[in-house]
Amino acid sequence: MKQIGDIESFDVEAREGTLYVRHNLLISDADAFIQQVLLSLKTFDQDALEVNLNELQRIDSIGVAALNHIRKKMGERGVAVHFIGGQEHVRKKMKLFSMDETIKLQSETRSTFFEALGEGFYGFVNDYLKSYLILVANVVYWSVSDIFRSKLQRKGEFYNQAVLIGVNAAGIVAAMAFIIGLVLALQSASQLRHFGADIYIVDLTVIAMMREMGPLITAILVAGRSGSAIAAELATMKVTSELDALKTMGLHPLRFVVIPKMHGSIITMPFLTFLANIMGIIGGIVIAYWYLDITPLVFINRMAESLTNRDILIGIFKSLVFASIIVVTGSFFGLTVKHGAEGVGRVTTNAVVASLSLVFVADSLLGLIFY
Amino acid sequence: MNDFSVSLGDRTILSDISFDVYDKEITVILGRSGAGKSVLFKYLLGLFEIQKGTVVLLDKEISELEEDEQKELYLQLGVFYQNGGLLNSLTVGENIALPLEQHSDLSDELIAQIVKVKLNLVNLVDAYYLYPSQLSGGMLKRAALARAIVMDPVLLFCDEPGAGLDPLSLADLDELILNLRDQLGMSIVVVTHEVSSILRIADRVVFLDGGKVVFHGTIKEVFESDVQQVKVFFEKGRSI
Repeated sequence: MKQIGDIESFDVEAREGTLYVRHNLLISDADAFIQQVLLSLKTFDQDALEVNLNELQRIDSIGVAALNHIRKKMGERGVAVHFIGGQEHVRKKMKLFSMDETIKLQSETRSTFFEALGEGFYGFVNDYLKSYLILVANVVYWSVSDIFRSKLQRKGEFYNQAVLIGVNAAGIVAAMAFIIGLVLALQSASQLRHFGADIYIVDLTVIAMMREMGPLITAILVAGRSGSAIAAELATMKVTSELDALKTMGLHPLRFVVIPKMHGSIITMPFLTFLANIMGIIGGIVIAYWYLDITPLVFINRMAESLTNRDILIGIFKSLVFASIIVVTGSFFGLTVKHGAEGVGRVTTNAVVASLSLVFVADSLLGLIFY
Repeated sequence: MNDFSVSLGDRTILSDISFDVYDKEITVILGRSGAGKSVLFKYLLGLFEIQKGTVVLLDKEISELEEDEQKELYLQLGVFYQNGGLLNSLTVGENIALPLEQHSDLSDELIAQIVKVKLNLVNLVDAYYLYPSQLSGGMLKRAALARAIVMDPVLLFCDEPGAGLDPLSLADLDELILNLRDQLGMSIVVVTHEVSSILRIADRVVFLDGGKVVFHGTIKEVFESDVQQVKVFFEKGRSI
């Protein structure tokens, strides 16, 4: 096979109403060709221009497009351009690559601002809100109804999910909760010391951890770890037609894939949250001992007085709500994936952002309810 | 390709492969599944490091090319992948425009015109704004072909172009490939095992079996061949 090698570039000459194009007009020179020709024809004042292609040795599709571009530009100035001559292969390519101007691309219609706003709102309600609420209803219903129907899931799947979502997150949750407990107590200690209210560090740390920080830290970490994983897993399954395959095997994708995750997270999240609470309180005990000379025994005694069952139960209840939000949101975004591999990345990001946003909204609402 | 061999550990995948691809011809590499066609295809494109032998493309030995030279060579090649290889996040128009945007200084207006021409060539103008996920199998193949030829390559490689297509779509695609040879003078290497397609488009055939070339010749010579594997392949393939 012959290599193209170094080929001679184009040459143009405008003379007596005719433009002579010589040598080769290929992709590498197309841009320069257009600029040079338009520049040389800047003062062209006749009604018609002939482009002589007799001495053109080679042309490719981009070269043809360049010639047609010049015809279009000159046409806008009222100059009719005619291509004349040319070797057989040049004429063949001119014909093959010349565009039929009657062919119009089916472009997207542009909406006005208010139309776009309305369409956006309608799309949000119809595509997202409605589908999300339907998914919530389905997941809640099947989570309850499938508890004792183990045949609808793979053997051991609930255990796997409990380990993946809960047990594997225990280390990071414990570490982060301990640090948050430390920081919370440290910031409180410096303020409480001014008022001689050192002992209230116990109330502040314990109640904040139990009711607010414990469930929230756990939810943030689980949303980051498992929410994204759920979305990516389901999106990949959808893109690779695995969900369709489940359906055609007579298995309900949601019940087969999502419900075990729901069960796994519902069971493990309260334990993770409780672990976060304990570790946060330990952080508080460390700071109380170092900075305020409150011994662990005094701390625990005070904790028994200030902490109520209600505080513990509110935290646990929150963790159940957060677990549901994370699994449903991750699943929702995973199931709505579009456009292949890039879509998987996008829905994974969206799932984490939406999960965290919904967790914060739910936390605020529950905070108001249980105030 | 000369005395080319590939081994994976102790296992020989391809052994002493030698053949030439001729100017303005369609060379079909064929063989049964597992014969080593796809591996050979990837080595032909320089995607894997050559272990033994030489692969010369457009007078350049690909294992000796520097990165810049390799890039320059790739600009003269078009590659059509089995599954299309289109980027799912881009529309068909954007996919086809991509090589032009990256490797030329052409204006957006001109690039759009060229893309339109190439889509028109494969009868797919209406798919300009569609995403690959919105295309049928046949449309996807045609869009992939449009992208493969957008830079007017001298040499076009096609990996299983007909895989998954119905006979009519396959015939349409074959016709497009023949047009590329006849009207644009492209040299084309096609990896396939579709007998109907081979009979329609092939000028030359390279038959692989067990990682070796057992036959290399023109399509006419195929029917005169005494090589048992070739005879069986075409007899059984034609009866399907």
